[in-house]
Amino acid sequence: MENKLDELLQNVPTIINIGVQDFAVSLQTQGAPTIQVEWSPPAGGDREMIELLDKLV
Amino acid sequence: MATGYIIRKNEFYDSVFLMRVAKRITEQPGVQQSAALMATEKNKILLADIHLTGAEIDAASPGDLIVAVIADNDQIVRAALDHLDDWLRRDQAGSSEPAPRTLDAALARQPSSNLAVISVPGEYAAREARQALERGLNVFLFSSNVALEDELSLKQFARARGLIVMGPDCGTAIISGIGIGFANVVRRGPIGVIGAAGTGLQEFTTQVHHAGSGISHALGTGGRDLSDAVGGISALSALDALERDAATKVIAIVSKPPGAQTLARLTERMSQCNKPVVACLIGIRDELPGANIRFRVARTLDEAAMLAVQIANGKPSTSPNPIFNLQSLISSHRARLSPKQKYMRGVFAGGTFCYQAQQILCDAGVVVHSNAPIAGNVALQNARQSVEHTIVDMGAEEFTDGRAHPMIDATLRRERILAEARDPQVAVLLLDFILGYNASAEPVGDLIDVIKQARERGIVIVASVCGTEGDPQGLHRQSKLLQDVGVIVLPSSEQAARAAGLIASGR
Repeated sequence: MENKLDELLQNVPTIINIGVQDFAVSLQTQGAPTIQVEWSPPAGGDREMIELLDKLV
Repeated sequence: MATGYIIRKNEFYDSVFLMRVAKRITEQPGVQQSAALMATEKNKILLADIHLTGAEIDAASPGDLIVAVIADNDQIVRAALDHLDDWLRRDQAGSSEPAPRTLDAALARQPSSNLAVISVPGEYAAREARQALERGLNVFLFSSNVALEDELSLKQFARARGLIVMGPDCGTAIISGIGIGFANVVRRGPIGVIGAAGTGLQEFTTQVHHAGSGISHALGTGGRDLSDAVGGISALSALDALERDAATKVIAIVSKPPGAQTLARLTERMSQCNKPVVACLIGIRDELPGANIRFRVARTLDEAAMLAVQIANGKPSTSPNPIFNLQSLISSHRARLSPKQKYMRGVFAGGTFCYQAQQILCDAGVVVHSNAPIAGNVALQNARQSVEHTIVDMGAEEFTDGRAHPMIDATLRRERILAEARDPQVAVLLLDFILGYNASAEPVGDLIDVIKQARERGIVIVASVCGTEGDPQGLHRQSKLLQDVGVIVLPSSEQAARAAGLIASGR
């Protein structure tokens, strides 16, 4: 199995950006393939519900 | 005066975007103050501080948006809030398709992804990072406030699978020429660097660039990685990878002093590396065991960059932009100070710059007060109030709670510079400016009017600008803005700290 970090360093990174959208914009400007995830807090930020969801998964 | 707010259920925006929204609303005529934030408990306290409370706000959850406006009259408040959709409109990055809402949907669209860049609020960050690692992605974790046990378990999980977690609280990386987070536009080249400190990585990579060489990769680890609690898991993974990487000929490590056990482990690993290594563990003065011609120790960021370039080139490098007349420049400024002006005040955006400046001044025998004191210096009782010689890290938690880092949001730094300018005992102000992707579009412009006011009060201002000509803000343009109002601009943070120390200590 190839080391995934070694693989990452071999070429321009291919990125999934979760959070600050400006980061995705600057990565795309530089030519790195980047997809922005439209993230929002899971279960509306309800901690108990998040824990329950994680247990179910 | 009138006040109003709108709550939008289940409408999430990132904090940097919302900071810009609030700024644009506040710039409208008649608006005194505005806030645009997610309804977290911490943000509700910030709202209460400006007397915005109510049952609706209490009931709002972290996935709900609150936009509040305080203005001269009701009409202005209504006008601002009626245009909320305009304020919240933003350019869709890239694709015309709607953005995926989950990691799996993003992976389905871009199956070759190999890095997740995560900057969600700290309490959700570990969960997102784990999901990314489970799907075989390396992680750049910008978020702070991630629990230590989460950091450790994420890093152990990653290491066992040949992955890396850069962070949490990782500000900067450059991979194959692509800057991630706060990063400068630097030449590609043979030097690979590992950094536990974001601004330390920025200063190192720009100094290497100025010296004519370049960077293969710059890998951040997060500030806690080299503590004994984490044991340098990411730093060691990065070192292994750079040792195997064909583009990297020299490896540098930039950090505050590691924990004792981790230092021993790291030192042993560095001394056995089959490529030359330069270790800059700011604050460690002694030689490290095993240091030799292939494993060198640098005491400052400038020295680390020079050594790395020298090894990469196979010949001594010269310092770029040497200041021939620094001593006479300092003497002429000193001569114009009044007898009451005795103290130096450093107001920093970069944590590593704050740390290194203290080290340099400490070596010069100048004791300073700080909100982030190094050994031998004095902790400020109140971070917001300077005492004698003071160096303050405006990026520390007490200043960034609920607002963006001073590299993006200059509000509190402006206020602090103004407060220092009004203190008749202040002789010299020491400032840093950080350019690059995702930093403020006008790092100098944000502060120039308060800098002018300080100059008008006869205060000497010494500054450094961390950046390159290729950065969106332009190194030359930013430096010239400062020089035009009489600021002494030096080519590195180290040199600026030395100059400020010389002025403050009267030598």
